[in-house]
Amino acid sequence: MSRFIVRRLFSMLGVLFAISVLTFLLFNALPNPALRLAGRFASAAQIAHINHQWGFDKPVYIRYFTIMKLVFTGKVISYDQQVNVDHELLQYLPVTVSLAIGAGIIWLSTGILFGVLSAWRAGRWLDRGLTVLALIGVSMPVFFLGALMSYYLGDKWGILPAGGYVKLQDDPAQWFVHMLMPWFALSVLFIGVYSRVLRSTILDTVNDDYVRTARAKGLTERQTMTRHVLRNSLIPIVTLFGLDFAAVIGGGAILTETVFNLHGIGQYAAQSVEALDIPPVLVITLFGAFVVVIIGAFVDILYAYLDPRIRL
Amino acid sequence: MSSGVQTPSADGYLLGVEDLKVSFRTEDGVVRAVDGVSFGIKPGEVVAIVGESGSGKSVTAMTLMGLTRSPNATFEGRALFDGRDLISATDEELRKVRGGGIAMVFQDPMSSLDPVQRIGKQIVEQIRAHDKNISKAQAYDRAAELMERVGVPRARERLRSYPHEFSGGMRQRVMIAMALSNDPRLLLADEPTTALDVTIQAQILDELRQLRDATGAAIILVTHDLGVVADIADRIVVMYAGRVVEQGTLDEIFYDPQHPYTWGLLGSIARIDRDRSQRLPAIPGLPPSLLRPPEGCHFRPRCPHAFDRCTQVPELKSRLADAPDHLDRCWLEPERKRALRVVGDQIGLASEQAVIS
Amino acid sequence: MSVDGNGDVIDVEAAAQADGSSAPDGTPLLAVDHLRVLFPIKAGTVVNRKIGYVHAVDDVTFVLNEGETLGIVGESGCGKTTLIRTLVRLVDSTGGTIRFRGADITNADRKDLQPIRREMQMVFQDPQASLNPRKRINQIIATPLRIRGVPKDRFEAETRGLLDKVGLQPEHLNRFPHEFSGGQRQRIGIARALAVEPKLILLDEPVSALDVSIQAQVINLLDKLQDDLHLSYVFVAHDLGVVRHVSDRIIVMYLGKLMEISPAEELYTKPIHPYTSALLGAIPIPDPNENRARERTMLTGEPPNPINPPTGCRFHTRCPFATEICSTAEPPLTQYANGHLAACHHPQHVTASEVVGAVRSEASPLSAGEDRPVT
Repeated sequence: MSRFIVRRLFSMLGVLFAISVLTFLLFNALPNPALRLAGRFASAAQIAHINHQWGFDKPVYIRYFTIMKLVFTGKVISYDQQVNVDHELLQYLPVTVSLAIGAGIIWLSTGILFGVLSAWRAGRWLDRGLTVLALIGVSMPVFFLGALMSYYLGDKWGILPAGGYVKLQDDPAQWFVHMLMPWFALSVLFIGVYSRVLRSTILDTVNDDYVRTARAKGLTERQTMTRHVLRNSLIPIVTLFGLDFAAVIGGGAILTETVFNLHGIGQYAAQSVEALDIPPVLVITLFGAFVVVIIGAFVDILYAYLDPRIRL
Repeated sequence: MSSGVQTPSADGYLLGVEDLKVSFRTEDGVVRAVDGVSFGIKPGEVVAIVGESGSGKSVTAMTLMGLTRSPNATFEGRALFDGRDLISATDEELRKVRGGGIAMVFQDPMSSLDPVQRIGKQIVEQIRAHDKNISKAQAYDRAAELMERVGVPRARERLRSYPHEFSGGMRQRVMIAMALSNDPRLLLADEPTTALDVTIQAQILDELRQLRDATGAAIILVTHDLGVVADIADRIVVMYAGRVVEQGTLDEIFYDPQHPYTWGLLGSIARIDRDRSQRLPAIPGLPPSLLRPPEGCHFRPRCPHAFDRCTQVPELKSRLADAPDHLDRCWLEPERKRALRVVGDQIGLASEQAVIS
Repeated sequence: MSVDGNGDVIDVEAAAQADGSSAPDGTPLLAVDHLRVLFPIKAGTVVNRKIGYVHAVDDVTFVLNEGETLGIVGESGCGKTTLIRTLVRLVDSTGGTIRFRGADITNADRKDLQPIRREMQMVFQDPQASLNPRKRINQIIATPLRIRGVPKDRFEAETRGLLDKVGLQPEHLNRFPHEFSGGQRQRIGIARALAVEPKLILLDEPVSALDVSIQAQVINLLDKLQDDLHLSYVFVAHDLGVVRHVSDRIIVMYLGKLMEISPAEELYTKPIHPYTSALLGAIPIPDPNENRARERTMLTGEPPNPINPPTGCRFHTRCPFATEICSTAEPPLTQYANGHLAACHHPQHVTASEVVGAVRSEASPLSAGEDRPVT
């Protein structure tokens, strides 16, 4: 097991390096990079300064190290906005993390609950009802659902705040209330997917021979279900969750954040793209990719812990 | 009630199955998987249920443990174990018996063990399902003892292994150890050696024999391998398309078989100690559909000796004056049978050499 | 098979075939020489390094003559499946040669193999898994017909002919595999193999997945086809009874090595290698009296690890007759009368004069010593 962990971490470092090179090459492909980076209001002097600072006058490989150094030591500036990107990122991170963790808890628990219920009552009305819900969840675009909720529950009926974010430290109750709708809107898609996947895995597992053995041993139906069926069926869900969660943190909840006006990483990315402000886009791309890869590595390790056959 | 089964328990029978019927409702209709099976087993006996795919042998064994219960299954008949009927028992009553008084060993040990849990845990689980008072440490001790008893080397250490870390033969020993954990009085073994190499099979069969001798448990062995049967069984129940077609002691079935299907089975085996004749006397055709079984005797369409009476279901009874416990389901006269069943110089099913599907 | 009902060899030609030498025209159909198939095992913390090899097939030499059936038996891990797959080049060999009708196909590329592949076909163990579930029978058989170059308008007639040969009805043409029973599916697999008109069919456990009574039907079918179409077979199985019934000669393998090559009639009465005796002894005979009367020594333990096989004779760790030489020197294949070969320092069921008359076979592994057997 420990050998597996070491190898996986090594391989993770390899992937991170490859991502950084790939991202760098993508940005390098932009014509007139210094001009692009400098933004719309740059002067010639600024452009020359950027050229030097970012190493555009140097060979490619030096440029790579220079840019990476800038990113990782927190010195990337958005010339458009005249702010340090890394500072901005750190400010927006708590919002995205709040969104991710809250939604993650909701979609994981509800998805599992619905999946188990569907499988338990497979073919009957409860299953059919949950299937319909799942399909709605999967088909409903989050911005549409979000807009609906924001309008009706927020503006029209005033039950919940239509948008915006309140810091946890400032007012926990308000923080919670503001996050409810975004959490729900984001979760709906995942609940749909997870409940279907789990339902299907459970129905397959229930026919496996070792489940028959468990019953033959004299275990109650409940013990058989929890200790053997669920234990095996939840393993694929673990992988799914890890990657989905990582994607949300990495800025994947762009639509949700925009609809509810949450100043998170996703929204930052959207605004930067709209403004053609390149430094933040560069940093967020790297950030998002890194988060996914790192969490992905941990998910793999967790999977190997849960399923001993995988420890290659 | 068919003859051949005296009142269980009263007559020293550990288990008495009376006219067991199991049907499954499917999309295409009702499948009559088991259509009137009766037999009994005494403590210390090894009864082999022999048949091919679709004979109903596995369904019979699994029904004894209630493993075939589902919304689309219907049951008739009784299986008396310790004076209680297993077929009509509640789920809770059945659960107490499973893994306790009656334990089962399945065919494929790789898929029959939970792949993500350690072996020790799985054995201890069975122990503690039947003994609420035993401590975890004691249960683990017992598990190690059981593994040692079935010949797993370094038993204590290997409690921490996962199923995929064992070889096929070892895995089957582990399954047997697990089945023995609560000193069952009846062991159901469903094709326990089919997936194993022949040298390992010999070891496992020896293991089962020793266990039977040491604990006095009875064994119901479900198999299609007549060699295995000849090696270990005391009595044999031959099943075909859901019915018992013949039943008797080991010698009776092998040396005086009374049903054409039995002749066919015996004849179609390529034996290593016999001359290699040109063609094996094979049974022509295929087993019947259990959705719409043939009228009367189920074997009629494939039987070269069928005659008009065969459209009536033959009763399962003894037709031999000197062997009251040797039962069969065939209308043919016993004297004719002795002549009909010899093909070449051995027992087999005479038929045209043509290959029919 | 060229034996009569009593198991006696009926002509000289057949005798020549039985002892493993070549057919009248001199070229065996299939000649395998010192074939080795080793699978590398990689492990390592950061970088994958080769730490050893699985000796799946380790220096195997034999010939197959036209019209013959060669049976290969052994337990799991003996290499028989790898061997048969290497013969059809589904697996690449690591050493040695394979010659089909004299042509070296060991390393032939796809283009050169094309004509040879038409002559060698394979039938697999699991009839369900080896037929494409999405294709109808006529589509499954159309593929090899196309390879053979049969014109499209003749497809149906040819397919009907093939189905008839294997005992299936013409209306089965349009059905899917799942509509058939296991035995019928295996017949379809055989029909597919016959579609290219091969000379040699290799069968990998063709009847193991079938019920006993269906096994007999399929075995009879293979028998009939061999007589009608002058086929040769290489038949791999773990069921010694079935192999003995269908084969002219039988190869017994253990951990990648040849333990014994025996004419089928002699296998049960005269097993020379202790492993063969152990295998035979482990098979329960479906006859209670015979079973009880037999003296059987049970083989203890499990087959050893094919990654680090035992030194000397690979069977010595489980052999009741092993002595010191067995753990140090690998025994060569010694040829006894009747084309019966065995690789053992302490051969069983042979008289002293037979041992004296025996010679070291050229089929011996290259790593084997020069030692003569000691009774």
